Amino acid sequence: MRAVATVFKTILRHSFKDLHGSEDILSPERYVSLRRKIVGLMAVVAVVPLLLMAAINYHEYRAALGREIQNPLRILLSKTKNSFELFLAERTSTVSFIASAYPFEELAQEKNLKHIFTVMTQVFDGFVDLGLIDENGVQVSYAGPYPLAGKHYAEQSWFSQVMIRGTYISDVFMGYRHFPHMIIAVRHMDESGKNWVVRATIDTTRFDRLIAAMSLEPDSDAFLLNKEGILQTTSNYYGKVLERLPIPMPTQSYEARLVETQDQRGEDIYLAYSYFPESDFVLMAVKPRGSALKTWYMVKGDLLFIFVLGVMAIFLVVYKMTDLLIQRMRESEERRELAFRQVEHAQKLSSIGRLAAGVAHEINNPLAAINEKAGLMKDLLGLRPDFPDRERFITLADAILKSIRRCRDITHRMLGFARRMDVSYEELDINEVLTDTLSFLDQEAKHRGVTIVRELDESLPRIKSDRGQLQQVFLNILNNALAAVPDDGRIEVKTGEGVPDSLVISFQDNGCGMSQDTLEHVFEPFFTTKKGTGTGLGLSITYGIIKKLGGDIAVTSKQGDGTLFTVYLPKTARKEAAS
Amino acid sequence: MKKIKLLLVDDEENFVNTLAERMKMRDVPSRVVFSGEEALEAVKVEAPDVMVLDLRMPGIDGMDVLRKVRKAHPHVQVIILTGHGTDLDEEEAKKLGAFHYHKKPIDIDELLSTVKKAYREKIEDAMVAATFAQAGEFDEARKIMDEDGK
Repeated sequence: MRAVATVFKTILRHSFKDLHGSEDILSPERYVSLRRKIVGLMAVVAVVPLLLMAAINYHEYRAALGREIQNPLRILLSKTKNSFELFLAERTSTVSFIASAYPFEELAQEKNLKHIFTVMTQVFDGFVDLGLIDENGVQVSYAGPYPLAGKHYAEQSWFSQVMIRGTYISDVFMGYRHFPHMIIAVRHMDESGKNWVVRATIDTTRFDRLIAAMSLEPDSDAFLLNKEGILQTTSNYYGKVLERLPIPMPTQSYEARLVETQDQRGEDIYLAYSYFPESDFVLMAVKPRGSALKTWYMVKGDLLFIFVLGVMAIFLVVYKMTDLLIQRMRESEERRELAFRQVEHAQKLSSIGRLAAGVAHEINNPLAAINEKAGLMKDLLGLRPDFPDRERFITLADAILKSIRRCRDITHRMLGFARRMDVSYEELDINEVLTDTLSFLDQEAKHRGVTIVRELDESLPRIKSDRGQLQQVFLNILNNALAAVPDDGRIEVKTGEGVPDSLVISFQDNGCGMSQDTLEHVFEPFFTTKKGTGTGLGLSITYGIIKKLGGDIAVTSKQGDGTLFTVYLPKTARKEAAS
Repeated sequence: MKKIKLLLVDDEENFVNTLAERMKMRDVPSRVVFSGEEALEAVKVEAPDVMVLDLRMPGIDGMDVLRKVRKAHPHVQVIILTGHGTDLDEEEAKKLGAFHYHKKPIDIDELLSTVKKAYREKIEDAMVAATFAQAGEFDEARKIMDEDGK
């Protein structure tokens, strides 16, 4: 049992190893292979027991049905055998009684013997004749239809046998009489030691009646044989009386026994038989197996039908269930992957932010020194009107100072990106914040002929958030949109409610859009497409602010078609996320 | 106008010396020290009107200097000028009583104007303090008169 469990575990581990230790999204091929494995495994697990049960049922049912057919046949055979034995015993006792009840002299009188014969045939049918034979084998007297008185039997084997054994029951034979009959002979010895034998002939048509009493079905057969296999009664299918049975004789058994075998025509048969203990006879009954098993074939058909139906049902259910399972698995894997990417992204931003802050700090001091030196240069030049090329030097110093201011802007923004932003929450109307922010841009939009479409949902609830930070977010996104759209372009700003419990603010422009590559890095610090004019910090600061406010930001874009930024804000302020 | 007594504190000598020279050109002479320890010493010897203080310095750092100076000499106005400052530093400095918080690099004229504002503030503070002191004397005198009247 444990071994089976181990094997099963191994299979399972093997089948599902695809799910562990992998950070990548599972490829569709691997899902297909996983699905194949699960379906295979589940189908095997479900079908094997079904198959086993069907097989066991098949055999049990077959055996039970067989027994049901065999037992009645055996019992019938047993009963008939008893009838035969009774018949023979009665006849033997009668003959024995006659031999011992009358003295030899009385039996030797033919008149007496005939009288006894008449009385005997009245009581027991089947007797054909009766004779008295002395110890020398000479028939002393005879009662019956044939002229046999004085016949000599000393040479015949039955006579010597009866002289030795006391009783003798012969096989069936034709003899002089030309109809099948048998003899029963009994020896008697009186007080003086004189032996004589009483011999009766019995018509074996009585046997046919006993067999007919079995009332077998027409395709079945029953008959009596001797131990050598010679038919003692006429059979329906296996020969006439005194012919040899075409089937080999089964092993000796005095109990009724049943074997499955084939007859000379190659037909499958049940052969029931029983040997007689007191005589050389064997009773046999034959039943063709085909007819007996007709019900069985029907049951077999039903069994097969149910099995096939069951297997089909199992496969259908297994397939559907696996489908569902794989789908769920895939969804959760993808969710996990997405969450992982977000965390990774946030960590990346945060470490880049720290690096940026460090760099900014270190640069600020030398920058300040350069600033003062350049400033001093300019101051000194200002005091010396006679300095050669004075104007040129002043211009140069101004250029240095201008560059320093630009550097300062960059370092200050870097620090702004990295700094821990303290969020001050207040209750605000997001539409109002948006409208305020838009008002900063109205002039530029008008100047460039850009249409800004507002679709603001007036029914939005007020939320707790940071007004200043939100303005910066909206301004960053809108600035980008304005930069992206051509003159007389179009920007759509929408607000609405999202699930679960969030407000959705979307900014759609019909500008130049972004490539997939740009899209992937758009929230990273120092990533810019505005070479020379941008610091690459706007959107990463935006991202940081939205995360701080407990919201989320998503971007989709198609090159040439425009970009859609969607900001999600929680309706209820959450605890600030890790900074 | 009386000359402003200005103290510049920064470990970056290159920077602070040049700054001092330029301030002097703008008629604001100053003393220059290069560490927190020297700054505290200088304040003890002669308290300046305004102090321009860097935050990150070896030894006693700017925040400690600010704390100690504001405690011992509340009339000295301190302007923070730093390249390392964060928003938290700014907040803390304001809490400790810094007059203004500037980030390096800064335009000389902007700094000068802050220094002048700080000086004006200091003068006003001193005047208010003096008024209160006079009021205190008045209270004292009335107390004595009340006692005499009994």
